[in-house]
Amino acid sequence: MAETHADEPTRRDFLYVATGSLAAVGAAAAIWPLIDQMNPDASVLALASAEFDIGAIPVGQEITVKWRGKPIFIRHRSEEEIAEAESVDVSSLPDPQPDDARVIAGPGGELEKQWLVVVGICTHLGCVPLSYRGEYDGYFCPCHGSVYDTSGRIRKGPAPLNLEVPPYEFLSDTRIKIG
Amino acid sequence: MSGESTYTPGNGFTRWLDDRLPVMRLVNDSFVDYPTPRNLNYWWTFGGILTFCLAVQIVTGIVLAMHYIPTTELAFASVEHIMRDVNYGWLLRYVHANGASMFFIAVYIHMFRGLYYGSYKAPREVLWILGVLIYLLMMATAFFGYVLPWGQMSFWGATVITNLFGAIPLVGESLRTWLWGGFAVGDPTLNRFFSLHYLFPFLIAGVVILHVWALHVSGQGNPAGIEVKDPKKDTVPFTPYATIKDAFGLVIFAVLFAYFVFYNPNGLGEPDNYIEANPLSTPAHIVPEWYLLPFYAILRAVPDKLGGVVLMFGAIAILFVLPWLDTSKVRSARFRPLYKQFFWIFAAACIGLGYCGGQSPDKILIAVGDGGFDVTDLSRILTVYYFAHFLILFPVLGLIEKPKPLPESIAASVLPAKAQEKPAS
Repeated sequence: MAETHADEPTRRDFLYVATGSLAAVGAAAAIWPLIDQMNPDASVLALASAEFDIGAIPVGQEITVKWRGKPIFIRHRSEEEIAEAESVDVSSLPDPQPDDARVIAGPGGELEKQWLVVVGICTHLGCVPLSYRGEYDGYFCPCHGSVYDTSGRIRKGPAPLNLEVPPYEFLSDTRIKIG
Repeated sequence: MSGESTYTPGNGFTRWLDDRLPVMRLVNDSFVDYPTPRNLNYWWTFGGILTFCLAVQIVTGIVLAMHYIPTTELAFASVEHIMRDVNYGWLLRYVHANGASMFFIAVYIHMFRGLYYGSYKAPREVLWILGVLIYLLMMATAFFGYVLPWGQMSFWGATVITNLFGAIPLVGESLRTWLWGGFAVGDPTLNRFFSLHYLFPFLIAGVVILHVWALHVSGQGNPAGIEVKDPKKDTVPFTPYATIKDAFGLVIFAVLFAYFVFYNPNGLGEPDNYIEANPLSTPAHIVPEWYLLPFYAILRAVPDKLGGVVLMFGAIAILFVLPWLDTSKVRSARFRPLYKQFFWIFAAACIGLGYCGGQSPDKILIAVGDGGFDVTDLSRILTVYYFAHFLILFPVLGLIEKPKPLPESIAASVLPAKAQEKPAS
């Protein structure tokens, strides 16, 4: 070994590096299943969509349904509530979004403004806000005092974002599919 | 300071064993003949008390795991089953639940002892860092454990804490889903928290071994904050001196422990946790267990979500670099007139933060007109003080403070001049 020059890569150096690299890749491949097993499994993902009948909700009332283990607020908004949500200067909001972007079109192609569907989880730290509370007639989170309006948009408090609108579609006038 | 081993095997068997596995020698040199400074006070008994707490938690925990069922359907009921049906189940669970609180009482006293007497300074930085690591593992273990009874506070505590990770930019969302194993806290979350709650105490035990090892390399600190010069005069053997003193401290501590277990078993808990978890309804007032309240107050003091999370974790992370923030060469606060005062202000600030963490953030403390000075305002002031204490006071005090003269030796600090001629023990 004495005549081997350190500054000249040898065949042996190459084999060392190649073996080490392969071992590192192998170790990473072995670790991945141990990490990925903690992600949502097939049985959890299978519950990813659900259908709900909304025909029985009177104007001015709201129901809470469970989707993916989370509460979903389905609110039948009154004319005043819609007007209140539309009259806000969008640029003044912490998370600017017009009311039209928070509702979706029904089977007829028109915006179903009377139906507000949001995930009932405060975007601050995940508490469930109380409905029809707070100064904007929308939602109030009791944990750290975030206030949302009748469009579920954040108006006051520590929450950074509007209440999330889940992916959903109208199957008929009185039936929606969430997820 | 461990010095030469003084162990001499007494009979044929121990001589034989000593040549093959010198475990008796290790025990003797670590816990019998080990020289301890002769001036240690009762604040130095908490290391032993903490070892006791860890042992109690592991033993009661292993037994409770024989009766507990980690599913969202049955967890709450199985805890009630432990309380009502299992023989002595009530005792085991109350010891385990209150044991967590007692563990934290002891660790906070132990840590403040370290802060007061400068135990983190060279050459004990690694010893201190290992201690902070144990503290972090303890908080994680306690959090996992608090989720297991699946009451309202369990569920919503788990929700709020896991959501903290959602504040991390870019990877936050997927990290949170990964922690949950679903789209909200649920069965997979409870199951893995149970698994981790079982694992972490053994990690703690591992780091404790390193902590004690590091302690025995540098030797114990002491209230005078000076090193041992002459082991004959300055130290006494661990057994019987420290063993008996630790045992006495432990008995007093056990009295307090027993008071909570037998007379006030739910005094440190939250009544809401006796309501089964309901993912659709958040309790009006969510609070963590008392030992996490100061950090919760820091979290809420910041109006920005990510900022709050960063400061909360920063409040613990800053402890890791404390040995390099403190510029004073003098260890013990006994000889640091300025630091001594700020130490107590800091202790008061921590208690104040704990108070704030337990109150509603908009509770008015001093009314002025419509509004006034509320809990959030107080938390903000105390949070600023908390960080200023580490980042400004520690570096500056060491430079401007004129310390009192240090005693000549440990023996000189505790003995009248005449007695110093006689070697200790």
